[in-house]
Amino acid sequence: METEAILQADPKGVLTGVHFIDGDHAACEGALAAGCRFVAGYPITPSTEIVERFAYRIPAVGGVFIQMEDELAASMTIQGAVWGGQKVMNVTSGPGLSLMMEHLGYAFITETPCVWVDVQRGGPSTGLPTGPAQADLMQIKWGSHGDFEVIALCPNSPQECFDLMIRAFNLTETWRVPVFLMMDEVVGHMTERVDIPPAAEIEVVERKWTRKSPAEYRAYGTTPEDMVPEMIKAGDGYRVHVTGLTHDDRGYPDLTPAAQDKLVKRLVNKIRLNADRIVDIREDQVEGADVVVVSFGITSRVALAAIEAARALGVKVGSARLVVIWPFPTTRIREIARTAKAFIVPELNMGQIAPEVERAVAGAARVVGLPHAGGTVHEVETILDAIMEAAR
Amino acid sequence: MSLDLDLASLEQEHGLENSVLPFLRQDRIPHIWCPGCGIGTTVNCFCRALGDSGLDLDQVAIVSGIGCTGRTAGYLNLDSFHTTHGRAIPFATGLKLANPRLKVVVYSGDGDLSAIGGNHLMHAARRNMDIMVVCVNNFTYGMTGGQVAPTTPTGPTQTTMPFGNFESPFNLPFLADACGAVYVARWTVYHVRQLAKAMREGLQKKGFVFIEALAPCPTLYSRRNRLGDGVDQVKYYKERSSVRNGADTKEVGLTFQGDIVVGKFVDRERPTWMDSMNNHYNKVLGDTFTTYGAAHDQD
Repeated sequence: METEAILQADPKGVLTGVHFIDGDHAACEGALAAGCRFVAGYPITPSTEIVERFAYRIPAVGGVFIQMEDELAASMTIQGAVWGGQKVMNVTSGPGLSLMMEHLGYAFITETPCVWVDVQRGGPSTGLPTGPAQADLMQIKWGSHGDFEVIALCPNSPQECFDLMIRAFNLTETWRVPVFLMMDEVVGHMTERVDIPPAAEIEVVERKWTRKSPAEYRAYGTTPEDMVPEMIKAGDGYRVHVTGLTHDDRGYPDLTPAAQDKLVKRLVNKIRLNADRIVDIREDQVEGADVVVVSFGITSRVALAAIEAARALGVKVGSARLVVIWPFPTTRIREIARTAKAFIVPELNMGQIAPEVERAVAGAARVVGLPHAGGTVHEVETILDAIMEAAR
Repeated sequence: MSLDLDLASLEQEHGLENSVLPFLRQDRIPHIWCPGCGIGTTVNCFCRALGDSGLDLDQVAIVSGIGCTGRTAGYLNLDSFHTTHGRAIPFATGLKLANPRLKVVVYSGDGDLSAIGGNHLMHAARRNMDIMVVCVNNFTYGMTGGQVAPTTPTGPTQTTMPFGNFESPFNLPFLADACGAVYVARWTVYHVRQLAKAMREGLQKKGFVFIEALAPCPTLYSRRNRLGDGVDQVKYYKERSSVRNGADTKEVGLTFQGDIVVGKFVDRERPTWMDSMNNHYNKVLGDTFTTYGAAHDQD
């Protein structure tokens, strides 16, 4: 992990310059800049523009786009491509994500690095295909059966769709877990300025290729200091076995409680014990604030207007934006709770992150959730009223 | 429980030569298959086909789904992938397109490939994805205890058809043919030489290859239907099979303990998905396009 190889981006995928594009297109450019050369997609609103752009761009960059017969196929074809040596992206929205849940688990247990993009729309079921939501946050954390720990990033602008996509690719190579870019319909479809830097300024984490010989190599061999195994690709002469069954360090099925204990503990601990290296919480005037608004994604931009209005009215209000949603920044939220009186948590769901904040705060401050069923964003006044009420 | 068999020394001790051993992960033997099961026979044929194919085994990958046949990948000394139920073909598609130099084989059962994975079978054949699919058809779901499959003939009893199966089965060669497979064959585990030859031809063929191998499931299909043991089923295959190479696949459907048509039914040429992509983009995009996979060939 400490020895990960950091390279410059391959200039073939980097569209350096100033662009006026939407979040979906910016996400696609981020993936190309990060070295993604393989996408197997299935169209679904509001994520489709990402794969449309990839299909248009990839012939000249050099790679493959294939439109599959369904999301089950798409989410497995990308994983085959990883074991063939490619960096890959899986793109979908709510109903497609629900279909892909089994393969999310397959990526966790086989430690297949891949980026998953969910452009969130209103649910449940077909719900509101063209309206925003932030209601899949618990699904990606708990939606596949069994225990695992996910990483999820939450952009609030087209620029961040580009920037965080690159970080998502780097995180998935470092930790060998699927990493989510949790967009929403508004961020996906809003058009803004996006600066794409020169390739030489973009750091790309290389896959953790093994340097061991086939005789020495263990496909899932790890140490307590480095819980992420080294990788190979099919055709390198290592003759590996990869299975969704509980396995030993050779990758062979081992259906014993001891093997289960060893594997599952490592899979969750490689993230839990390294959460401080992954979390990203952007704070503004949190020190000395009476009220702190915890927000993420598109909701953070509505919250900003409310925060500025409250400050104009003399309230000491801070902002804590979760750029990384999972792992949750429990430690930092708990620290903030020592000084803040109250937390306001606006979110486009019926209460998924507010209970996480409550868990972190553990009674040390008031937590006010502002749930919203989605389809549009909060009214600024709703958040402002909550801040004023909490500050009283 | 581990029998801790050292096959290599047994072989030496008894002066036997087992030409299949080098193709197996010997540290994973014994396998889980029941006595009389036909899957092992198909694997034996496959190992011989691998040897005869002349392929560099470092460049052959095997992908299985879930079920009894789905365990095959784990026993072969190749890059091997045991995937999720029904999704071996999508995984193989990604593997092949990511590293076009590989020969990718999907090895799975009838339930995995034609029920839960049926959609992928159809579309991979339609696209002429360059993979070989071996479908071991034992007419039942073995791993879960003998439930009705899309291949179960009308008539026999299964745990989820306790009064006999009233559905009609898939005719798998017809399905693969209709969807565009370039090579379609069916053999039984009685026809070991023909099956091994078909597998060798399949490994050497470019495009979507579909080979159906009929195999007994004595534990769950035969016993439940009073068909005897594995040997009795192989006798049935011997007595009721007729070889008809080039047969119209419409005519090769199976009935309960009825006549079996075996043979190589389809062998034709069609551009693969990747060739079609490369040809098309070279034509319409010209110099802005570099043929995909060319770099892999030069390694």
